[in-house]
Amino acid sequence: MTIDSIINGIVLDHIKVGKSMEIYRVLELSKLACSVAIIKNVSSKKEGQKDIIKIDSLIDINLDVLGYIDPGITVNIVKDGKIVEKRKLSLPDMVTGVIKCKNPRCITSVEQELPQVFRLTDREKGVYRCVYCEAKAKTEA
Amino acid sequence: MKDLISITDLSIEELQELIDTAEDIIENPDKYSDKCKRKKLATLFFEPSTRTRLSFEAAMLELGGNVIGFSEASSSSASKGESVADTALTISCYADIIAMRHPKEGAPLVAAMAASIPVINAGDGGHNHPTQTLTDLLTIYREKGRLNNLKIGFCGDLKFGRTVHSLISAMSRYEGNSFVLISPEELKIPGYIKKDVLVKNDIPYKETDNWDDMPELDILYMTRVQRERFFNEADYLRLRDVFILTMDKLSCAKEDLCIMHPLPRVNEIERAVDGDKRACYFKQVLYGKYIRMALILKLLGIE
Repeated sequence: MTIDSIINGIVLDHIKVGKSMEIYRVLELSKLACSVAIIKNVSSKKEGQKDIIKIDSLIDINLDVLGYIDPGITVNIVKDGKIVEKRKLSLPDMVTGVIKCKNPRCITSVEQELPQVFRLTDREKGVYRCVYCEAKAKTEA
Repeated sequence: MKDLISITDLSIEELQELIDTAEDIIENPDKYSDKCKRKKLATLFFEPSTRTRLSFEAAMLELGGNVIGFSEASSSSASKGESVADTALTISCYADIIAMRHPKEGAPLVAAMAASIPVINAGDGGHNHPTQTLTDLLTIYREKGRLNNLKIGFCGDLKFGRTVHSLISAMSRYEGNSFVLISPEELKIPGYIKKDVLVKNDIPYKETDNWDDMPELDILYMTRVQRERFFNEADYLRLRDVFILTMDKLSCAKEDLCIMHPLPRVNEIERAVDGDKRACYFKQVLYGKYIRMALILKLLGIE
C-alpha cells in the first residue's frame, strides 16, 4: 500500500494499534479540508504493529489531549518534505473537555455547562481525577 | 490562601497557625469580639445542616460580624435554576466571606472559582467537610496536647463516614500515630483509604471487629451508622446496634482516653457515658466554633 509523503504537515507516529480512530475523532480531524490518512496495523520493529495518522497541513494539535490518549505517540512536524521537529509526548497534568465525570453526585452532573477538567494525580499509574469531586476517570476519551 | 475547600489545602504549618489562633481565642475571647465588625458571612446552605450552619453563624457573631444566608435550596435562587457560579458571583456583592454546604460534590470549588470573596466548604455531599476535620484536630490538640504519637480508634461506620476518612488522612501527616479500625465487616474502611493513605505512608493500623484494643487507645472516635446509606432497613437496624459504647466497655480504657463523635448521635454511645470525664463530644462542638472563628479571621486576612 502506498501513501504519498507529505510536504508540509504532521505525522502522528507510534500510535498504539487501534487508537487511531479515537484520535481522529477527538482531534476532530474530520473537520479538516486537507488530506488525512489513517494507516492501521503498520508493521513496526519497536512495537510489532502500530497506527499512523498523516495530516497534510500544519494545524495546531492539542498535545495534552493526545498525550492523555496515548503518551507513546511521536509527533513529527514536516516542512518542505523533511521532518524538522519530533515531539515526544507525556501525560499532561490537566485535561479539559476530553473525559466526562461519571460520578452522579458530582456538580458537573447537574451543571452541564461546567468544563470537564481532570487532573493527573498518579503519574506512575496514569490516574486522572475530576477536579470537582475527585472521582477517578473511568474510561478513556 | 483564599478559600478552604479541602483539608489538604492546608499545610501542617497553616493547621498549627489555626490551632494557635483558636487557642488564643479560647484564652482571650474579648480580644476578638470586634475583629469582624462590619463584615458579613453568607451561609449558603443548599441542604439543611443546622449544626454546621449555627456553628459558622455563632463564630461570626462572636467575632462581631453579621450573618446573611439561607438554610435550604428551596429558599435560594437555585430553585429557579441559577448556577452555583452565578450565586457565588451575586453573593460576592453582598458579603465578605461565604460558607457553603451543597449536596453535590465539588460545588464549593465551583463557587470559589467564581467568587471574588473567600469560600469555605461547609460540606459537599459525601466528599469533603474540612471544618469538621479542623474541629477534630483542635479537639485532639486541646485534650491530648499534641497531634503526634497517638493511638486512635475509629468505631462504627468506617465505610461511608467521610469524617473518619478525612481525619485518618489528616492524622497520617503527623509522626508516630497509629490506628485501630473497629467496625462490622460490611462497614470496613474503603480499600483506597488503606492503599493511598495508610499503606502508602507506612502507617501502622489494625482492622478488627471487637473492642479488645480499648486499653491501648488514646482517642476513640465513634461514628453514627447512617440510615440514609442503606437500601434495606433490616441491615441498618442490625449494623446500627453492633458497636454501642457503654460504661462497661470503658472500664478497661485509659483514664485519659478522649472519646469523640462528630454528632448527631443515635444510640452508639449510651447516655451514661456523657457524664464520664473522658466524653469529649460536646466539648468538640464548642471547639468547632472556635476553629471556625480562627478560619474566618485567617481567610479575611484579619490579625
